[in-house]
Amino acid sequence: MGEIINESMTSREMLDILVSKNMEDARQAKKDGKLVCWSSSIAPCEFCETMGIYTVYPENHVVGIAARRGAPELLEYAERKGYANDICGYARANLAYMDVQKCVSEEMPLPDLVMYCNNICETLVKWYENIAYTLNIPCLVIDVPFNHEDEISQANVDYVKKQFGTVIGQLENITGKPFDYDRFQEVMKIASQNANDWYDATMLCSAVPSPLSGFDMFNYMALIVCMRGRKECGMTFRKLKEELEGMIARGECGMKKAEEKYRIMWDGIACWPYLSHTYKVLRDQGVNMTGSTYPSAWALRYTPGNLEEMARAYTGMGNNLSLKGQTDLRKGIIRDTKCDGVIMHMNRSCKMCDFLQHEIGQELSSSLGVPITTFDGDQADPRNYSKAQYETRIEALVEMMAEQKGE
Amino acid sequence: MYTLGIDIGSASSKAVLMEDGEKIRRHFVIQAGTGTSGPDKLLDLMFRDGPVSRDDIARTVVTGYGRYSLESADGQISEISCQAKGIHHLLPGARTVLDIGGQDVKAISIGPRGNVLSFYMNDKCAAGTGRFIDTMAKVMEIDVSQMGDYDEKSEDPVTVSSTCTVFAESEVISLLSQKKNKEDIIRGLHRSVVSRALGLMYRTSMEEDFVLTGGVALNKGVLRALKEELDRPVYITEEPQISAAVGAALFAWEQANKK
Repeated sequence: MGEIINESMTSREMLDILVSKNMEDARQAKKDGKLVCWSSSIAPCEFCETMGIYTVYPENHVVGIAARRGAPELLEYAERKGYANDICGYARANLAYMDVQKCVSEEMPLPDLVMYCNNICETLVKWYENIAYTLNIPCLVIDVPFNHEDEISQANVDYVKKQFGTVIGQLENITGKPFDYDRFQEVMKIASQNANDWYDATMLCSAVPSPLSGFDMFNYMALIVCMRGRKECGMTFRKLKEELEGMIARGECGMKKAEEKYRIMWDGIACWPYLSHTYKVLRDQGVNMTGSTYPSAWALRYTPGNLEEMARAYTGMGNNLSLKGQTDLRKGIIRDTKCDGVIMHMNRSCKMCDFLQHEIGQELSSSLGVPITTFDGDQADPRNYSKAQYETRIEALVEMMAEQKGE
Repeated sequence: MYTLGIDIGSASSKAVLMEDGEKIRRHFVIQAGTGTSGPDKLLDLMFRDGPVSRDDIARTVVTGYGRYSLESADGQISEISCQAKGIHHLLPGARTVLDIGGQDVKAISIGPRGNVLSFYMNDKCAAGTGRFIDTMAKVMEIDVSQMGDYDEKSEDPVTVSSTCTVFAESEVISLLSQKKNKEDIIRGLHRSVVSRALGLMYRTSMEEDFVLTGGVALNKGVLRALKEELDRPVYITEEPQISAAVGAALFAWEQANKK
């Protein structure tokens, strides 16, 4: 794949080529009789990549469908099969897709195995078990205990590290090949470098004005989700970083046709079915999304070859932190990216996100004095969102931020 | 200087004519909201035989769900900020406002200058709003304005457990078929409205004075239920529907003076 992008391209050109080629390659791999894996978004990609198993990501696939307004058909199909409408929209749409294999976005080949890591969510457990059971394929699991304490315990790290060995054994059985430890070392080097490149580029949002709108960052996210084990991913982020540094030097804002008057942190997953509406309402009021938990989510840093550090990185992922850990993470983001306010997406699909939201909001508001608003929405199901309600809440937030700035 | 504040809600339209950012000269409420002839009728009323003409208005600020629907507006401000400002003007001691309108419920914490400290609004559901009470009044074949009087006569209130408007409607029909008194069902409904609103209100810092606003504040049954639940005084203004329009008129005055 290395030849299809080159340094003369913009990062956006690289992104578009890689994203479309990624799924095309997965489809071709399937046709050629190679193994395809469906994986959760922040599961260790290093193992399948080492074994040459083509990995695709259902969450990212549903994002593409939802953003193209194609989720309702799949959600309704899932509901007709008996899934309640308050189950995660990603799970419902993907389980429906597994049956119908038709959607408004790229077609994703069916898996020969699935792999999930519950460091981001617990619904994955039943979702992926369901796929494995229905298709009668292996289900590989990296079970990550929740970090109830403020520190990540050594016991948790040991437990996760031990499972890496189990997964390696399972993959050897599935492929009938010995695990290639030299290749593994190389993949770890690429993945951890990509994680650094992703974080370094996206955290340039801290510049004022920010050279990157958070909504543009959402586009680049497809690469860190789907191609974290490939060197082209880092190449794109290094190019992006270079472009953003140029914009910072020229004092340019990443929000198109708008002046950055206010900066906010977006808490939670994007409202993909209404991505454009949520963006435009903010842009029209001069609000730039500079902070979010996305940059840090894939900043999975470890020394290549050090499995203990790798286990610690996957265990300490933001969603898996204690209340204090999650609050501190957001305080850091608000400070680093200089946010004037916070928008919390009360995402009907994600109980994991919503459970802590009020408590985190109260703490951010009392310790940092930032105004906060919440809105009802969904990561995939458009029925849970109201444009008028979103607009009113954003206007009120802007009025509160203006009041604080003495405007 | 005259300024105009207009609040175009989902169920009613309100207008306030204010002089020098202090004195309310005229106000009107029409029970027809955005998308209806309500806002036009409101302006006709305001300027027909009134003390001032349209040309005398220095600035008009519109708030509410239909705030972008009025062509003659000079600006729009959200109903959250307008409600806080209006209530602060009318009741300067107010610190926590519960506003129950046609399709929204808002709990707002207000600072000592009438600024919004925090706010919480209902989710995408009409349970506990004015529409909820309207629907129940229709099922019971009484006028919504009589709900408070019925509530007063309740001796053995029932519990209405459904929060969804549609399910609550079925529950009320079932209670009626069980020959329960309308008075007792109505008190149960009012308690249900308040219970849902408290879910939002308790997220605020809950500082006194408490104020209930919006069309639902005219229902003394809801006011009583709220006082009982909070066990603290709850105030209402003389015209609980117009406070956001008062806030809009005050913002209009501030904006006109900035120019």
